[in-house]
Parts: sequence; structure tokens; C-alpha cells
Amino acid sequence: MTDVAAQSNVASATPDTMAWDSRARRVVMIYLPLACFILILLFPFYWMAITSFKPNAELLNYKEHNPFWITSPTLAHVKHLLFDTSYPRWLKTTMLVAIGSTFLSLFASTLAAYAIERLRFRGSPYVGLGIYLAYLVPPSILFIPLATVIVQFGLFDSPLALILVYPTFLVPFCTWLLIGYFKSIPYELEECALVDGATRLQILWRITLPLAVPGLISAGIFSFTLSWNEFIYALAFIQSGANKTVPVAILTELVTGDVYQWGALMAGSLLGSLPVALFYSLFVDYYVSSLTGAVKE
Amino acid sequence: MSVTTLPSRGATLRQPGWLARLFDYKPFLIVMCLAPAIGLLLVFLTYPLGLGIWLAFTDTTIGQRGIYIGLENFQYLLKDPLWWNAVFYSIFYTAVATFGKFALGFWLALLLNNHFPFKSLIRAIVLLPWIVPTVLSALAFWWIYDPQFSIISYLLVDVLHLRDSNVDFLGSPWPARFSLIAANIWRGIPFVAISLLAGLQTISPSLYEAAMLDGATSWQRFRYITFPMMMPILAIVMTFSIIFTFTDFQLVYAITRGGPVNSTHLLATLAFQRGIAGGELGEGAAIAVSMIPFLVFATLFSYFGLARRKWQQGEAND
Repeated sequence: MTDVAAQSNVASATPDTMAWDSRARRVVMIYLPLACFILILLFPFYWMAITSFKPNAELLNYKEHNPFWITSPTLAHVKHLLFDTSYPRWLKTTMLVAIGSTFLSLFASTLAAYAIERLRFRGSPYVGLGIYLAYLVPPSILFIPLATVIVQFGLFDSPLALILVYPTFLVPFCTWLLIGYFKSIPYELEECALVDGATRLQILWRITLPLAVPGLISAGIFSFTLSWNEFIYALAFIQSGANKTVPVAILTELVTGDVYQWGALMAGSLLGSLPVALFYSLFVDYYVSSLTGAVKE
Repeated sequence: MSVTTLPSRGATLRQPGWLARLFDYKPFLIVMCLAPAIGLLLVFLTYPLGLGIWLAFTDTTIGQRGIYIGLENFQYLLKDPLWWNAVFYSIFYTAVATFGKFALGFWLALLLNNHFPFKSLIRAIVLLPWIVPTVLSALAFWWIYDPQFSIISYLLVDVLHLRDSNVDFLGSPWPARFSLIAANIWRGIPFVAISLLAGLQTISPSLYEAAMLDGATSWQRFRYITFPMMMPILAIVMTFSIIFTFTDFQLVYAITRGGPVNSTHLLATLAFQRGIAGGELGEGAAIAVSMIPFLVFATLFSYFGLARRKWQQGEAND
């Protein structure tokens, strides 16, 4: 139905003097550029994947082997990564940090969003604005003083430092997302519960939260992705090889000497991207809605 | 369902404990609800921000508490060609990358706003570069930019025969600068495209119908309907993009670490090199603080973008 409407739109928009028929025009104006975009956006991932399964002989010899294909795929790089380096340990630390900071920020921002949007007090818009402004402070200007704060607290070189610090950029985002979701829940439901004698916390737990589950999922997966990908804090606050997160460890522990182990590096990058990519493929719609929801707020 | 919940609710009604009553007291509840978020932000964001500004006026190094030295750090930076170089490249990087991201991202958003098969799948694929950890895709770009085994050089030299020698992407200043900008644009397109697509979908089709009845060409429809309607969301997305491009760290640190001959240092990577790697916390903090005026400028830009939207929509809207 909509397709037909769109096509008739295109047809009526095209003057009669136009030499192309609308189909050819569509191919040139839409499909061709779109194909180029997708090709360029995906190529680095293809290159990453194909490099991680190539034997070294093929990897460094373009004359005899077509670089765009693998003739004899190998798992040597993945095996090297999993058994000769602390890669599993890094994965575990990253997972721990991502899950810990996600739950901490979900907890803090749910309560904050509920207080700002539903408990309404004098000055609540200003608190909301203050939290929004916190989102505009980039980590690049905070990491040096934060490093001294972390040392003062005795948390240097500990994953706990990352779990406590990541909420600084997760809480503002999640709070704004959840304020938007709470707004969409009819206030009458809460009033009914109040009349029936429920306490505020019962209302939050039994009525508002179950209705805000899609928002919580959006905020959760977003926080997980952002903390999995975080780099500068993890680079500045973690010293010992064993406690590093995957993005930092690949760059600082696997890049050694002048001869780069491209196979192992790309295999590490591929494996480090897989958890978020997997997560992403399961919850695509939540990602898109949280991204656009936060921008529209 | 109602049978199981009724008795428990009755029990809490009959004897509300002092704890339950305390948590129903609104001011107390508000404080308790805001405490975790505000506490975290105060300790790990506001306090470090103030501390950073203080550190910029001291000569603190790692392991040694510094003393107040006034503007000495900033006077030193003003005479430091490396700092000027980083300021120049930060602005250049932000300007070119933002332009590229928005030109290509807007185009991609317009393409995605058409009807075609597998639309949701393609939209999902487009967001992929933004989801994957930046450092890991930066490593892929590092490998793509390899001086000897670059796949782009292979295409240009051995397949298309356009050049005789490999491209030296990261070996000399200007090619390295543009290579980094290309990688940044690649990473930034999805965010811009998907955000703008959301904006495009809120434009009412009746506006286009009215314009077509009046005989507007497709360029006129873009110029006088799409573009003005997109201004508010464009302003917000652009502010975010400018702030995070200007303070970018990961991409440069992963691919060139500021080289060759310090030509690709951004202010953030220079601050890291001096402050954490070099141990001069005071000087690093001064470099970080020198980014603040630019960020304030970008935020004001966003504020006036928002104010303009309110004016356009009239007083009645919230």
C-alpha cells in the first residue's frame, strides 16, 4: 500500500520530459549510493574477519594470493589469542565492569528519573537540566583529575574504579531516556494506586517500573555497550596487564615490537566486538529507539 | 491474582511501619531517590572538574603534591609550538570531520527515508560501525593503512594501475591527518544518519503534498521544507558531534599516537601524553582545561538552536 503510494509519488514528481523511467531513476538515485554506503561501512569488518582467519603466508603475500579471499582458513590466530595470552581474563574483566556499571547506573538513574518526573518538587526541572549538562562534559577533560581522585580513594588499578566512574557518562543518558518513558505512562494509574493506599515505593515497583520495561531495556543495553567500548578511563586507571579491559589490552599488550601480529590483532578485535554485535542484533529496535529518543528529548 | 495481592496490601494498610511511613514522606523520598545519581555525579564528575581546574594552576606531578603557580602552565603552553599544533589540528579535525559526517550522514538519512525491501535490516547494518568499540575498528583502519600491505594501495597499484607505488598513509603529516579524519567520518556517519532519519520521519507528508501541488521541484522541496524542518534536530546532533569530535582521543591514540613528528596530536592525546605518560599532571590538566572555552561555545550553539525551535513552533508548545 505504502509502496504503491511512494511509487506514484515519484512518478508524479517526475516531469514528462524526463528521459528515464522512474525505475531506472530509482536505481541511480537510491540503490546505487545506498550500496556504496553499505559497502564502505561494512568493509573494515569484512577485512577484520578475513584477516583473523588467514594464515601468515597468505596474509603478507598479495602477489600469489588474492587478498580478498582465503584459500586455506586457519584458527591459529584465535588459538594463540585464547591460549597464549590472557585474553579470556580480559574478556571476563570487561564483562564484569560492563555489567556492574550498567546495574549501578540503571539503579541510580531510575530513582532519579522517577523523582524528577513523578515526585515533582520545586526545582525539579533544574535538577534535570543539571544532569543533562553533565552529559556534555567529555571524559577527555576529566581523566587527569579523576586519576588523582582514584589514587586518593585507593582504587588505582582496580576494576571497581571503572565500575564507579562509568556511571558519570551513563547516568545522565539513562536518566533522560527514562524521564521520557515515565512521561508516556499515564499519571492516572498512579493516582488510582495512591487512592487505594499504596506507598510511593510500591507504586514505583509495582506499577511504573513494569510499564517502563522497554525503556529500562533500552537504557541497559546502551549502558552495556558504552561501558564495553570505553577506552580513556580504562587506559588511565588500570596499570597491570591482568586487570585491563579488552580494548585497552589489545592495544597495549598485543601490539609489541615492530612486527605487528596482524592476524592475532584482528582476531582480538573481532572477538572483542562480537559480544556487543550479538547484543545489538538481538535488540536492534531498542538501540534505534534509545538513540533517537535521547536526541529528540 | 486479586486474591493473592489483596491480603498483603491489607496487611501494610493496617499497620504501616515507621520505615514505610518515612519512605512515604515526600521530601525524604525525593532526597533518597536523587542521592545515588547526584552523589555519583558530584564525586566523580563535579569534584574532578573543579580539581582539574585547580591542578591546571599548580605544578603537580605524579607522586608529588604541587603548589599554586598561577598562570605559569598556560604561559608555557602559549609558547609551546606543539600545543599550537594540537589546537590547529583539533579545530581542523573537528571542522573537516563534522562537515564530512553531516554531508554524508544527511545523504544516507535521505536515502534510508525511501521505501525499499529489507529496510529494517539495512538500517541495522548501518549502525554497526557505531556499536563496535572504536579502538577495535581503529585497529582495523590501522591495518588498512599499513604502509606495505594496505588493501587500498593494493587496489590502486595492482588492480586499477592508477599509481606506481604504495600510498604512505601514516608516514608523513598531511596524509596521516586526512587518514585519521577519514576513519572518524566512517565511525560518525551512522550516528548522524540514524538521528537525522528519526527527524525526517517526523516531517508531515502533507507538507510535501502541498508543495507538489504548487509545483515545487525536488530541490525546492528539500531546500524549503526538509532543511528548515530539520534545523532543530540538526543543531542538537551537531553540538554533540562537535563536542565529542573535538575531545576525541581513542582514534588518534590507537592509530598514530600523535605521530609522525607530533603532527596528529589532538588536545586530548597531548594532555594524556604530558599528564599521564609524562607524569606532569599540572601541565596535562592545563591542556585539558584549554579545551573548555571551545566546549562552552559549542553548548551555547546548541542552546540557541533549541531556542530557535521554540520560536518557530510558537508560544503554545512546551
